[in-house]
Amino acid sequence: MTSIGDRVRLRSERRLRGVVVIPGSVTGKLMASKEPLSFWGGYDIESGEIIDRKHQLSGKIARGSILAIPGTKGSSTTTAVLLEALIKGTAPLAILTRGVDSFLALALVVAEEMYSKSIPLIALGSEEFLSLESGSNVRLEEDGTILVETLRQ
Amino acid sequence: MKLKLSESDSSKLAGESGPAVQMAMSILVRMAEIRGAKEFLSIVSSHIDSALYIGDSTLDYAERFVALGAQVCVPTTLNVAGVDHHGWDRWAVPSDWAHKARRQMLAYKNMGCNPTWTCAPYQTEERPGFGDQIAWGESSAIVFANSVLGARSERYPDLLDICAAIAGRVPAIGLHLTENRVGQVLVRLDSIDKKLLLSDEFYPVLGHHIGKLAGSKVVVFGEAAVVPSEDQLKALGAAMASSGAVALFHWVGLTPEAKTLEHALDGRTPETIIKVALRDLLEARNELSSSSSDRLDMIVLGSPHFSLNELKALVPLTLGKKCHQSVRFLITTGRGVKLLAEEIGLLETLLSFGAEVTVDTCILTTPMLPSEIKSIMTNSAKYAYYTPGLLKREVVFGSMEECVESAVCGKVTKNHRLWLF
Repeated sequence: MTSIGDRVRLRSERRLRGVVVIPGSVTGKLMASKEPLSFWGGYDIESGEIIDRKHQLSGKIARGSILAIPGTKGSSTTTAVLLEALIKGTAPLAILTRGVDSFLALALVVAEEMYSKSIPLIALGSEEFLSLESGSNVRLEEDGTILVETLRQ
Repeated sequence: MKLKLSESDSSKLAGESGPAVQMAMSILVRMAEIRGAKEFLSIVSSHIDSALYIGDSTLDYAERFVALGAQVCVPTTLNVAGVDHHGWDRWAVPSDWAHKARRQMLAYKNMGCNPTWTCAPYQTEERPGFGDQIAWGESSAIVFANSVLGARSERYPDLLDICAAIAGRVPAIGLHLTENRVGQVLVRLDSIDKKLLLSDEFYPVLGHHIGKLAGSKVVVFGEAAVVPSEDQLKALGAAMASSGAVALFHWVGLTPEAKTLEHALDGRTPETIIKVALRDLLEARNELSSSSSDRLDMIVLGSPHFSLNELKALVPLTLGKKCHQSVRFLITTGRGVKLLAEEIGLLETLLSFGAEVTVDTCILTTPMLPSEIKSIMTNSAKYAYYTPGLLKREVVFGSMEECVESAVCGKVTKNHRLWLF
């Protein structure tokens, strides 16, 4: 489980509450999109790059960031791709979704079962999900609390 | 309400049916809890996408199950694999990849799955019946089984489909339940010319357009002036399951849960109505091509895997013609269909035209393409959707006729005939 020992103080925080699908605490930068993503054909296992050329995030590297997408779409191999990325160390630090995404959840459940390794997955309500902006620093806590730094204009 | 396990579910979870069933059941139970299921139900068939080699983790997973003594307990077919089992070395597949992919194929065979190795198992003998509860993987196969056959499958991702096949049980959620199969998005095709509705090229383009708008909703195509063929419905579903997450659609007057519009909507008002205009389709069609250059290295047909009828339709187009020497012409299909095609003498014409046939896999699931192949043309929306990102190659979408014409000319040749009004 990824965790940050020293609690980074975020400037002008906003506090959201999500449903914990896979628990964990982590701090990182948000990479957010309103478009669902198929990890198979959309997420490069070697680099963590978003490679769906029709997706808003195409070309961005999700490895090391907190990825916020409404959910998955497309291929049923999305689960295997996330599992493999997790093992290779190219997965995002955590994933936030709008509502529960069972494909992402499954990949993380299997990662726990097989490798005792996972990343946090938190489901948000629609309004809270839509309030997320790329570039904000966020901190996820075990209980599903999400602290979001408000971006300065 | 909390998840209720039957006595036999609990005993499987406790390991009384062995460690493999226990592992499968414990993953299923975690997922049932995450999805808020109330109970489990039994399935009669499974189609496994998990046999596709993605990396060490998917191989580990398969071999862990085998080591625990896993056996599937319902008739189970296998989706495309990481290599053409007997023909991979004719292509650019690295031998280390092929070795691991074949180990993973063997693991699933050893669990008692039927080595069909096709993403369109319903084109040969494996067709579930109306109302059958099934656990299928492969987005294009799920949408076909639900929509055209009226069987009932949730969208099963890789890693979970095999758990369902081993335990024979699945969470009673989503499209397994009657109330979730009612149409939500109504698509009106009234303004579309009949000439277009009758063409094969219309269906992948329509699917690409609707998938983007419908997401994971149940789509109803309202009364239309035509009765699409099974292959057209296959192309429509696969496209909607690529640009979106559609797992069930109804075609009024044709598919089994849509005798009438009222039947498909269960008498309710649709959440959304999409009126399809020609300009939407032109835009969708353009979007399916990543390049406007006429460079052509390879034609690829068959995602989902080509059916016998599609092969039959291709034969007269290629008769007496020769594929240009600078272009490769690839058809991806299943072993079953290839065998049938050989038996009735279809392959001969295609091979003498210059076509090559690959089975068990497809260009998206095995690293088979040599590096000199940089520009691909296809009639499949699924190939077109995934090629630029997954294969880092340019793709041009066109009809089967345009693909053959282009193969003969040695460069992309689109006549746009259908789309001019």
